[in-house]
Amino acid sequence: MANFYSQRSAPVFDALKQAFRKWLFRQKIERGTVTLTQRRIFILPTRRGVGFGVLLLLMLVGDINYGLSLGYVMTFLLATMAVMSMLYAFRNLANLQVQAGHCEAVFAGEMAQFVFHFYNNSNLPRYQLTLKNRNNPDATPQPKNITKKKFSFRKQVSSAKINFSNEVPQGDNVIFDLAAQQNLTVKFPLPTSTRGWLSSGRLTLYTEFPLGLFHAWSYLQFDTSCLVYPHPAAPLPLPIQHDKDGLGLTQIKGDEDFSGVRDYVTGDALTHIAWKALAREQGLQVKQFSDQVGQQIWLDWHHLPHLVTEAKLAVLTRWVLTANEQKMRYGLRLPKIEIFPSHGDGHRAECLKALALFDLPQQSTSTA
Amino acid sequence: MNKPTSNLSPGNLSPNPTRGQCNLATRHLSLAAIYGLIACIFLVIAPHAEHLPPWVSVLAATLMGWRIYLAYKNLLLPKRWLLTLITLACVVSIFLTFRTLFSREVGVTLLILLTTLKLLELRTQRDAIVTIYLACFIIITNFFYSQSMPTALFMLFTLVAILTTWLHLQTGDLGFRPRLRMALILLAQAIPLTIILFLLFPRVPGPLWGLPHDAYSTSGLDDTMSPGSLSKLSLSEAVAFRAQFAAAPPMREQMYWRGPVLWAFDGRTWTAGTAPASKPATLDTLQNSQDYTITLEPHNKKWLFALEMPTKISIPSRVTDDFQILLPNNIIARVRYTAQSHLGFRANAEETEQQLQRALTLPATLNPRARQLAAEWRSTLNNSEAIVRAAFTYFNREKFEYTLEPPPLPGLHTVDDFIFNTRKGFCEHYASSFVFLMRAAGIPARVVTGYQGAEYNELGNYYIVRQSDAHAWAEVWIAGRGWIRIDPTAAIAPSRVQSGLAASLPDSVILPFMARTQSPLLRNLRLNLDSLTNQWNQWVLGYNTEQQFAFLTRLGMQSITWQNMVISLIIGLAALIGIFALLMLRHLKGRNVDMAQRLYLKFCHKLVKINLVRAEHEGAKDFAARAIKASPQLTAAVTHITNLYLGVRYGGEANSAAIRALRHAVTSFKI
Repeated sequence: MANFYSQRSAPVFDALKQAFRKWLFRQKIERGTVTLTQRRIFILPTRRGVGFGVLLLLMLVGDINYGLSLGYVMTFLLATMAVMSMLYAFRNLANLQVQAGHCEAVFAGEMAQFVFHFYNNSNLPRYQLTLKNRNNPDATPQPKNITKKKFSFRKQVSSAKINFSNEVPQGDNVIFDLAAQQNLTVKFPLPTSTRGWLSSGRLTLYTEFPLGLFHAWSYLQFDTSCLVYPHPAAPLPLPIQHDKDGLGLTQIKGDEDFSGVRDYVTGDALTHIAWKALAREQGLQVKQFSDQVGQQIWLDWHHLPHLVTEAKLAVLTRWVLTANEQKMRYGLRLPKIEIFPSHGDGHRAECLKALALFDLPQQSTSTA
Repeated sequence: MNKPTSNLSPGNLSPNPTRGQCNLATRHLSLAAIYGLIACIFLVIAPHAEHLPPWVSVLAATLMGWRIYLAYKNLLLPKRWLLTLITLACVVSIFLTFRTLFSREVGVTLLILLTTLKLLELRTQRDAIVTIYLACFIIITNFFYSQSMPTALFMLFTLVAILTTWLHLQTGDLGFRPRLRMALILLAQAIPLTIILFLLFPRVPGPLWGLPHDAYSTSGLDDTMSPGSLSKLSLSEAVAFRAQFAAAPPMREQMYWRGPVLWAFDGRTWTAGTAPASKPATLDTLQNSQDYTITLEPHNKKWLFALEMPTKISIPSRVTDDFQILLPNNIIARVRYTAQSHLGFRANAEETEQQLQRALTLPATLNPRARQLAAEWRSTLNNSEAIVRAAFTYFNREKFEYTLEPPPLPGLHTVDDFIFNTRKGFCEHYASSFVFLMRAAGIPARVVTGYQGAEYNELGNYYIVRQSDAHAWAEVWIAGRGWIRIDPTAAIAPSRVQSGLAASLPDSVILPFMARTQSPLLRNLRLNLDSLTNQWNQWVLGYNTEQQFAFLTRLGMQSITWQNMVISLIIGLAALIGIFALLMLRHLKGRNVDMAQRLYLKFCHKLVKINLVRAEHEGAKDFAARAIKASPQLTAAVTHITNLYLGVRYGGEANSAAIRALRHAVTSFKI
């Protein structure tokens, strides 16, 4: 979008323009399914479109000057096709339905994968829909990468392939097609840097189909957020428990005796599923061990008196991960928060969420 | 809302979202797109090969071949400095070829070479777009050279190719066929809009600024005549003009289409010379009037053609004292005019002394033998008519030969050489030597060039005059009778005048295809084509301010101003685009599945009356269970409708019968 508004102008005009844009693109944060109606779709010519207009004018002048009747015909054909392409651009977006999906929590520094469900209930295929994040200034492609690629044609091809399989660079656009009557789930990656709730912000869905002369776009701003856990500190040993805690080193015999199976309950670890039983078509069952409680440990805020808050949270996050890996029973103690020792993925998520949201102002925590 | 699934319908749509660079302009091109672009450039340049210097055609072909090779082998594109070097070399070579850098020809050649060079730095989408735009522009330049129907069709084909490639840039990896289909639909929608624009777009006559000299092609008669100039023209089958007579047409041997009149002779070349101020041309004792309409092909000269002697011309023009019709400007577009001529006339019975002197002037020392012959006639014969007759008879009796390939006359005394040695010549030789003899004998004479004869097209009821009908004849002035036409060629080859060029030359002579008489079938085909071309010329190519005015008047437009035209243009376009929009957006509504949804919602709406509101998250089955629990008397109907709905929506029974059953069930559902 920045393309269209990047011209320099007087401050008063700028302010007016800002106000106008605010009014024109006013939009509240939405939930549920959004249908891209006429009111939501904006169209402006692209730079290429303006260039094409100039070309058409040049052609027309040539036709008049040289009295070329067929030149008129060709110019008019191109001009009317350009106008029609505006309708096509609009139609490519119109009546699409979008819904925000659930976004899996990630650690700070990882890419948050926002999920959007696109429904094309029409009999028309939609081409080259692009989802981009205009709130994130980093979301523009790194110019360095491009200039590097510009120099050689052969390099381009290979590096483009690598790009797809490897980690997605920051702020990439997501380009997709939708066949007639097709529903598609699109993941939109956003980089994360700090813990807490990350909002998807205002995303732009745009298309320049069919000729690239017009840019049709719509804004999507859902109340969807991604929970970002603190970035875990480097691996380090678990804290040594002091006796005075009263709970201390309660060694329970560590023999992992198999004690039977029970029915699967949501939240059970995948590693405990009795896959052989499943293969025997006995349903989803979970193996139980007599010593599932190996060790009990308290991960306490006060163990780390010399660190700043964020560093404390980083270390605690690491401890939670380590303790969980070692299948310990662990509890988490933060100022004003105490989570009693337990184990399992649900417990892990609870602890990490507490760490992620520690001392943050209350915010809408709903996810779609 | 049904669950999001990734069930792909068949087609060429990319199955998974791709993550690419943000900016489309810098996205890289697929191999197919590169080949497509090369093909587009080849198509738009190919027709230019006919008139480009051979080295340019060869170079362009080589550059394209190089680019294809690089793409095929997936090699690096040439370095920038190399391309710059090639570009500079091209500019210098063009300058050396044309000796200028400022003419239309040079502009077109440069554009073509730079476009092919652009292919060699075709890397990103932006380059591709520039190439597409250049291709569109080169299409227009093709019309400088030809605007015939085949050219138009070829360019339309080229446009489809360009569009198909263009769509490639915006549709990812969509296949060729769906892209071609899209391109054809776009074109099909543009055609009616273009017709409206073409008919109503206000035409601005004439060039907007002065153009280079070579802006318009020149073919046809020149205002000079030297041995060989007309025989060269006779090989061209290009149409000079077409004429349609209002009543019975004249005989073929009377069809002398008058063009430039040549007065001055330097021993080899006849030119118009400088005309002194003279009294206006006068015609009297007129007989045998003819009204006709001429559609003249542009020849980039000022004169119009008309039968001897013209008395009326429909367009503003000037008649000179030697009966040439001149327009104020060069004719650069096809022009249509009606004229009236009288085949029987007495022209300039009174001529000024000055003009008569001009018609007697000869280079002093040249051609002594011809002068001698003329002097003999002068001394033995007592009047001018007798001398003219003697000269005519001389050409008839002596062994003169009519040929398209006369031996060259390299000497100083060209007329002597021709009359006494070679004796083989074309019309320009006869006209030239006849006028020389007349002047030498003291009879005022001049050379007239133009066209003689015409071919009748019975399908369109008009006559075609081709460049191969170009002719030169003589005029002598005899006191009391004025200027009289004498065609010395008729003395040697009367069939030239009566039946045309082909009849008067032996079969072995290579003549343009058109000039030969052919089998009736071929002739019919050819005349059909010409008839079509004539319509094309008049309605498409000749659609100018006047034609537009005439057409709109016939349509019933009251006052034709440009404002009115623009208003109707906008209304017409808006109406048509509106219709297209309706047709296009109609497809946005999914039919079967949506209908099921709508019917189900109608059913839910009916249940609201008894305080049963379906929650957003509630599935059809759950809702049905709740509804039955709340009001058991509806069990049968609710179960029936829910099952039908689920069948249509999820059970893959989305056929019209199932929909109809659902509709029936919902409409008959009562609480």
